[in-house]
Amino acid sequence: MTSLTHDPAATETRRPKDKLLIIAGSLCGLLVFVALFGFLFAPYPPDQTDVLASGVGPSPDHLLGTDSLGRDILSRALAGARISFAGPGLIVLASAVCGTTLAIFAAWTGGWVDQTLNRLLNVVFAVPGILVAVLASAVFGAGFWAPVIALTVIYIPYYARVVRSAAVRERNMPYVEGLRLAGLSSWRICSRHILRNVVPIVLAQGTIAFGLALADFAAVSFLGLGVQTPTAEWGVMVADGRSELLNGDMQQSLVAGACIVITVVAFNIFGDRLGARYGADR
Amino acid sequence: MSAALGAAGTILAASFVIFTALSFAPGDPVAQILGAKATDEARAAKRAELGLDDPLLERYWHWLTSALHGDLGVSLTFREDVTSLIGPRLETTFLLVGSAAVLMVTVGILLGSLAGIRPGWRPTITGLAGLGISIPTFVAASALISVFAVKLGWFPTFGAGEGLTDRIRHLVLPAIALSVGFGAYITQITAAAVREEAEKEHVMTSRGRGIPARQIIRKHILRNAALPVMTASGLAVAGLVSGAVVVEQAFAIDGIGSLLVKSTSSKDYSVVLAISLVIVIVFVVVTTIIDVAQVLLDPRERTPR
Repeated sequence: MTSLTHDPAATETRRPKDKLLIIAGSLCGLLVFVALFGFLFAPYPPDQTDVLASGVGPSPDHLLGTDSLGRDILSRALAGARISFAGPGLIVLASAVCGTTLAIFAAWTGGWVDQTLNRLLNVVFAVPGILVAVLASAVFGAGFWAPVIALTVIYIPYYARVVRSAAVRERNMPYVEGLRLAGLSSWRICSRHILRNVVPIVLAQGTIAFGLALADFAAVSFLGLGVQTPTAEWGVMVADGRSELLNGDMQQSLVAGACIVITVVAFNIFGDRLGARYGADR
Repeated sequence: MSAALGAAGTILAASFVIFTALSFAPGDPVAQILGAKATDEARAAKRAELGLDDPLLERYWHWLTSALHGDLGVSLTFREDVTSLIGPRLETTFLLVGSAAVLMVTVGILLGSLAGIRPGWRPTITGLAGLGISIPTFVAASALISVFAVKLGWFPTFGAGEGLTDRIRHLVLPAIALSVGFGAYITQITAAAVREEAEKEHVMTSRGRGIPARQIIRKHILRNAALPVMTASGLAVAGLVSGAVVVEQAFAIDGIGSLLVKSTSSKDYSVVLAISLVIVIVFVVVTTIIDVAQVLLDPRERTPR
């Protein structure tokens, strides 16, 4: 959503070092590292229960406390990063590939193909994502894959719109005409030359989309229609923590919630700055 | 007129897609109705009675014509008419969405205009809006419950409440949770739009001619900034409807959103189908109104398509 609010000041400061870009970028890198290897640093196995130390607050033994089953919250948050990132990672990858392919194809072909695809994408863009995720979980059964499939479809227009307008601009460039006169096939021009020039835009959109998809993916788990409860995942942890909230034990929900918010903010800012730097205008 | 036709077409197409998708969903309604002990003949009879052996198009046609007569089928788990099941819950959900919409639009436009007109406030407000837009509804809900309901005890934790005042008290936290993200979005859009208008030449000229600031802000800045803000608000209101699904689940409010989640888990597809349709209809109607309003408000949009 932040891509909609393009900060004009950002384009003016193009060459000097963008501190926000560096900070947000390093934070994103750190988060990805935690998602990949965080479970190695977990002080306890994420599923190990300890009835004697259930629902305790932060202490030297349990830095972020334990949940109502006595599982160490820090360990669960670290281990949970993996699935919390795997879901949106797959969503972003799949929807970026589909969206970019469709957009370049539409821009290159033009005419009614372009118009039809455009209209179709507008319809998909208008469909509430949560509704599609709920329906997907009805059809495919609750689990990891239902929200991944549903959200992939929902996020396709997110790239397609931006990439299409960039690809149309590229298509009208003199160099494309030159390549065509040199006898290169459409496939080769699109896949080698136009694609290469829209990649920065795809990357910037993908970075923002990752944060949004992470929040959506966790929301589906929270509803109980995605990843299921004994699994350590951030959305599941927020949901598990709901019953503990009533006793005043808010560690689990708040820790998992904070993980989600920090990740979304970091990827949002990073994507926004990337877009500003590499000229991803709408 | 053509907008209304387009909207109806979209709703019809969506209903067919949802119907088809759900017909592939696992689960056997006959087994659910008759239980495991039923004989094969009884099952076959029930299948025929429910029309489950008919081709897809025929079943869709049957469902569509009944739906148009106000009959959305029977819920398998509640053993009740879907229409009477949804009715009262729809009211709860609309009350929630309505109050969240009012809150989100008022606060969003106020903060956004402030950030657009007073540069001193800009960093604080845009920073807060950037944070707000990144807080998922269900995280906001948990944080609000733990602070304002459990720690401070100002508001009830769960449920929808009874009677008007109690209902409003129960709705305060859910409405805030629901409006945080979209309110931040409206704030951002408003701030950008107002700022753009405030920096235009005619505003500078008016200022130079000594027209009172209050009048400039009202007549020249806010009026011209209204269009993008209205569009964003409309989109946000449409988004609230699906956000309500999450909020109702978080606060255990018995509206159509939590019913949708419950029915999906219990494979009660006639209810899932009906609620999905309601959400799609609200969504399409709201977005159509935005499109029409845009054309009415901005003469430049009135080009033949």
